[in-house]
Amino acid sequence: MAHGNEAAGHGNHDGPPKGLVRWLTTTNHKDIGTMYLVFSLAMFLIGGLMALAIRAELFQPGLQFVNPSFFNQLTTVHALVMVFGAVMPATVGLANWMIPLQIGAADMALPRMNLFSFWLLFFAFMLLISTFFVPGGAPAAGWTLYPPLVLQTGTAFPMAIFAIHMMGASSIMGAINVIVTIVNMRAPGMTLLKMPLFSWSWLITAYLLIAVMPVFAGGVTMLLTDYYFQTSFFNAAGGGDPVLFQHVFWFFGHPEVYIMILPAFGIISEIIPTFSRKPIFGYEAMVYAIASIAFLSFIVWAHHMFTVGMPLAGQLFFTLSTMLIAVPTGVKVFNWTTTMWRGSLSFEPPMLFALAFLFLFTIGGFSGLMLAIAPADFQYHDTYFVVAHFHYVLVPGAVFGIMAAVYYWLPKWTGHMYDMTLAKWHFWLTAIFVNVLFFPQHFLGLAGMQRRIPDYPTQFTDWNMVSSIGGFGFGLSQLLFVWVIIRCVKGGQRATAGVWDWPHGLEWTVPSPAPYHTFEKAPELH
Amino acid sequence: MEAPRRKSNRGLVARLVLMTAGSFAFGFALVPLYDVFCEVTGIGTRAELSRAATADASAPDVNRTVVVEFTASVPDNGSWEFAPVVASMEVHPGRLYEAHYTAHNLADRETTGQAVPSITPLRAARYFRKTECFCFTPQKFARDEQRELLVRFTVDRDLPPGIDRLTLSYAFYDVAHVAGGAG
Amino acid sequence: MSIVKRNSKLPAVAGALAALTTLPAHADWSLLNMPKGVSELSRGNYDMHMIMLWICFAIAVVTFGAMIFAMIRFRKSRGAVADTKLLHNARLEAAWTLVPTVILIAMAIPSVEKLIKIEDMSGSELTVKITGYQWYWQYEYLGKQVSFYSRLARTSDLARQRGSGIDPNTVENYLLEVDKPLVVPTGTKIRLLLTANDVIHAWWVPDFGMKRDAIPGFMNEMWISVDADKPGTYRGKCAELCGADHGFMPIVVVAKPKPEFEAWLAQQQVTE
Repeated sequence: MAHGNEAAGHGNHDGPPKGLVRWLTTTNHKDIGTMYLVFSLAMFLIGGLMALAIRAELFQPGLQFVNPSFFNQLTTVHALVMVFGAVMPATVGLANWMIPLQIGAADMALPRMNLFSFWLLFFAFMLLISTFFVPGGAPAAGWTLYPPLVLQTGTAFPMAIFAIHMMGASSIMGAINVIVTIVNMRAPGMTLLKMPLFSWSWLITAYLLIAVMPVFAGGVTMLLTDYYFQTSFFNAAGGGDPVLFQHVFWFFGHPEVYIMILPAFGIISEIIPTFSRKPIFGYEAMVYAIASIAFLSFIVWAHHMFTVGMPLAGQLFFTLSTMLIAVPTGVKVFNWTTTMWRGSLSFEPPMLFALAFLFLFTIGGFSGLMLAIAPADFQYHDTYFVVAHFHYVLVPGAVFGIMAAVYYWLPKWTGHMYDMTLAKWHFWLTAIFVNVLFFPQHFLGLAGMQRRIPDYPTQFTDWNMVSSIGGFGFGLSQLLFVWVIIRCVKGGQRATAGVWDWPHGLEWTVPSPAPYHTFEKAPELH
Repeated sequence: MEAPRRKSNRGLVARLVLMTAGSFAFGFALVPLYDVFCEVTGIGTRAELSRAATADASAPDVNRTVVVEFTASVPDNGSWEFAPVVASMEVHPGRLYEAHYTAHNLADRETTGQAVPSITPLRAARYFRKTECFCFTPQKFARDEQRELLVRFTVDRDLPPGIDRLTLSYAFYDVAHVAGGAG
Repeated sequence: MSIVKRNSKLPAVAGALAALTTLPAHADWSLLNMPKGVSELSRGNYDMHMIMLWICFAIAVVTFGAMIFAMIRFRKSRGAVADTKLLHNARLEAAWTLVPTVILIAMAIPSVEKLIKIEDMSGSELTVKITGYQWYWQYEYLGKQVSFYSRLARTSDLARQRGSGIDPNTVENYLLEVDKPLVVPTGTKIRLLLTANDVIHAWWVPDFGMKRDAIPGFMNEMWISVDADKPGTYRGKCAELCGADHGFMPIVVVAKPKPEFEAWLAQQQVTE
């Protein structure tokens, strides 16, 4: 490879090598963070295109654009791409960029592994998306991959499983990196309970990842041996049980939900104080709340499975444990509200997204509470009510959190202020359309429209139309997001080191853009 | 400088190897641990269905009558006819009964069937005891062979009072292609 | 993809306006909320749903009210100055940990009694075994020698093909009609045994308030009971993703008064 370039890079310790080589060989946490963020934005757009195809088909009853089997491929891959390709890598990207800056470390602890985990993820997704072009098409059994249906997948089956293994390995490596970095590389004087909440939320998320990704990998490996080696883990004929997979899957799947949302909690806990111009209310309670949510997430999994038939005691246990998650979550919402209380609020784009998060995530939390009640869940289960619920927690929840973070730290990354007016336009379009898109889905679900269907009885037409319009509005608004980012990268008003009125934390002590190497000498904490 | 580093590296490697071995051992220890766990919590009664139980020696409870229904399904595309001989029976808890199913291999080859039992309601499963059942072992059938299959069972006297009807159902699978047969 | 996007943009906007203007016209609340249904269980589940909905609504009014108040009252543009001393309040924090815990446990309590009822299968008078196939249902009246398959009606099946040229709006009960419905007596507790032939399906009629998975190799059960004074036709669909035609395996149940049901059953036994 380009040895000259590398050597040049070595000679001048401040600058990266130029061109493509920089991105292939970098071990710099900022470069890798950027790669993760760009990758996740690309995946967000690809997953979004699939969502638009879904909403286009659902605009009217009857089949206009796609076949039912292709529709199922779209819903399945849309979910996998959004969960593992968009939301998770975006939070990993933010962790890469911000954790060293927040804790005063020079870089991540394991830089080469960091780069390896990015490229693993990249190829995992190339593999997953390429399944659309193999005989039989992409996996179509839903992202939950329930057997026996998933065992009817064609050529895509081993490819999808291998892709999941690779992205799992990548996530675990990323998580180990975060833990090692936070545990070993905090600046002197930064005790754990002085650490910014974003870093805290990621520390806990990292433990969740290490705990559950192997479970998922184990589950899909059992699928693989059932498919190729005639084992009978999930096959009743050989003494297995298809429901076992659901237990394994949701033991991973429920903590996975928190893997996506906890970093967003951390982000919101950074942004609301900044734009309220006062420190977070109840810092320690916030930390303990994240930890209790993480713990509870391990003992609620079967609330996804009330309809498979389980003993009464089981239904009651999972109902109650699920409701309990609302307690620490409520503490967080109340503490955020109190942080604003007697503050001095201004409404820059990051704050707007954070506030929308506060309202809309809470709505998603409410529908989650309703879903936790087993008798009511017998009606809600597998309907659009569930679709509305998890999109409310994931889109105006996790995704708004990530967008808020981008608007919050973008000046720090690029050294330029972005166009506030355009960003506010992006916010308002996004916030309005996300509700037009997902709120009617509550009605559809309650009225009896089940999920994962390409076509529906005619009485559901009106709300599906409204929802589809919201979908296209939401999708197109994101082009504005991309435009704002591109313009900000290219230029704009110089950003100061503090960027915002009331910066707090180490990341605002380094100049904007953050130099290629920061905190090579540990900062002094006061 | 060199020696202490080498020493600490050696220590780290030793610890990592130990951890790997420990995790591996824990994986195997899980098998008996799960057995204990299921026994204590009563989870996994479905698996218990496939094992023989000893008959309850105590006297039958003649004052109580429970209906036991029999049903069968033949999933897959196995070419079988498989059905209960009688649709239902009235039984007294504690007494030993016999029921029959008939199976007919319609494929023009020798094959093996395996019945997978299932009891509803789920919470009655632990009170339904089979002392003898064709579901314990794979059943070999010659070409076009038809024969009756026997199940001997008792319903435990401790059956919770809210249950007045049980259904014993079998899913009958062609297992000629499943490695290891049934569990 | 982008072609699809562009093509459907215009009609989308037109459709939205049309939809919004026509909504009040057929202001049909049944399209906004869960149906009350026609059985004890469905009413119980509906009540649970409404209790939860109102509690959530009340909590929302309080929390959103506080947030909105803060957003209006403490704006920098109105000259608000941050009170940087407001960092902890042990009593307040304890209160909003404990009070929700109590509310949440209280919310779960009414579901206990409902669950006990749902799981109580005793006193049933008829057992119907339901088997899910890709992509139709089989109904078997246990011990009655009556068994039949139930598939998507021909009219819907023709209209749902891509490029069929048939407007679904012209098809009566589009995707909710079968060739042969399940017939049950009203005012009777009926046990449904659920299993599947190939993959997992789920049997759901919203008006009966229950759905349960049909799992290959295992037998699940649930019970339904249609009010004695509510004979009629009730419709539902498979609720668990079961492959390409998951959206096209409806369930239709005709509930008849007992004597009519007996007559129907006798006739079926003859024709079988």
